This record gives sequence, structure tokens and C-alpha cells, in this order.
Amino acid sequence: MLDDTDRRILRQLQADPSLSGAELAERAGVTPATCWRRLERLRERGVLRGARAVIDWRALGYAVEVSLRVTLDKTVPRAFDEFAAEARQIPEVLEIQTFLGQVDVRLGLIARDLEHYHALYRDRILTLPHITDLEALMHVARIKTDETVPL
Amino acid sequence: MIELDDIDRAILRALSEEAGLSASVLGKRVGLSQPAAWRRVQRLEEAGVLAGTRLDLDLAKLGFGVTVFLGVKLGTKGRVSLADFERAVSAIPEVQTVEHVLGLYDYRLRVTARDIADFERVLRRRIMTLPGVGNVDANVMLSEERLSGPL
Repeated sequence: MLDDTDRRILRQLQADPSLSGAELAERAGVTPATCWRRLERLRERGVLRGARAVIDWRALGYAVEVSLRVTLDKTVPRAFDEFAAEARQIPEVLEIQTFLGQVDVRLGLIARDLEHYHALYRDRILTLPHITDLEALMHVARIKTDETVPL
Repeated sequence: MIELDDIDRAILRALSEEAGLSASVLGKRVGLSQPAAWRRVQRLEEAGVLAGTRLDLDLAKLGFGVTVFLGVKLGTKGRVSLADFERAVSAIPEVQTVEHVLGLYDYRLRVTARDIADFERVLRRRIMTLPGVGNVDANVMLSEERLSGPL
């Protein structure tokens, strides 16, 4: 299990993933050697899987972001697998999540503009298999995006 | 808007897998010298395409076993200040992302919790008590897949 030192290191790293080893150790109040050893162990145990660059798709001209909430036909045994396999082929799909609840699947989709979105929706989304219901939420603004957890 | 060539796209793909790559390693992967790779990364950062770094943590191993997407509808529109709601909801540590959306809901939240009981505590004590909250729709996430996007 994690102890307080692990949590302190992760908390600081989460707040600023670009910190150098020395800076991180100082902020977490441990020696650089301890910090390095702890991070190694967290990686080995698969707690810390890595760090990923965040791409701002707006800066690349993708002005439209939509959440598509999809209900699938549950009478088809492989409905989800077949749906997901085809959704993965759409380059503009950034996220695929499955749920317990009213919604079965959510697709996070980006498009250059409304015209592009409309074309994607008509040609790629509506043609996905086993959809029984589909509902779209258009993203207007991101208020909080840090995705940190309270450690 | 910034134009990307194939090398830029390869750099973005590599960094979205592993954010901390040095310019020399990155250069080797995409067939550039270290200074040339560094200049490319600088340009992508300046254009706002590289918008930061996100830690990839195994939340279940950290004890956060439950992720829920909430659709929140504000109850008394016009009388509640959106800014007040946004400030209050962003301050909740368990709330990872807040997005203002158009459609069935006004806001879409991503909430993480230790278990269902912990989620219920967050929902009752922190979310339902926010200024202006009306209808709330919850979907418990079962799985998530993130894709590299149109690169």
C-alpha cells in the first residue's frame, strides 16, 4: 500500500508533472535518493504509468467538441465489441467510455467546425452498429480540466 | 493556425505516449538532430498545441475505485450565477473535470471516489448542495479508452 511519503510525492508531481527530480524531492520534503526510489517503486507496481502530453485540439483547428451518449441494442450479444471496434476506426474519436446506468457508451468526438461535425455524424457515427439511441452534448467551455485526484 | 507536417505529427504522437522524452531521444525516433527536435517542440508549445502534461495514474491502485460522470442541470436559471456554480464545483477535490455543455444538461462533471459509498457522500454533501443545482444524472464508468486522435 501507499504510505504518506508516496502520497506526498504523487501529490506534488500531480500538481506539476514537469518538475525535475530534485525539485520534486524538495517540495515533497524527502532526499532526492528517496524520491527516486519511491518513484521507481510506484512505476514497478503500476501505480504511476507515466506522463502524457496534453494536446489542445483547438490550437490545431478543431473548434467543435461533442459528447455522444449512446444506448446499444442489448439483444445483440456482441453489440459493444462490434460498436467499439468500429468507433476506434474514426480518427476524430478521442475517448470511448462504457457505463452502468442509462447510457451505455460515451464517445468524445472532435471536429473542425459544425459542417465537419455534421459530416462525421452522418457518415461515420450514424452508421455505427447496434445503436438504439443517441444523444449529443455540445461542449461550450472547459471550466476545470486538471484531472487530479485528492491524495 | 499552426500547420503540421508528418514529423510534427510523429512528435505529438510520441509525446502523448510519453511526455518526458528528451529532445535527443525524440530526435532519434523521428529522424531529426537534437536541436532540430527541440525547435519543433518549442514551436508546438508556443502555438499552444502542447498544452501541458497529465500524469497517468492507476486510480484503482491508488484506492479510487469509482469514476462517475454526472450530468447537472441548473434548477433556477437566470437567478443563479454560472460563475458562482463554476467556482464552487471546481473547488471540490473529487471533481476532476467540469465542462459547460449544450444539450440535455448544463454541466458535465467527472467525479472520482473511493467506492460507491464515498461517491454518495460526495454527491449528497458536496454536489447536491451547490448553488442552483437541479436535476443530476449519474453514470458509473466501467471502462475507458483514450485514443491518439487525428494525428
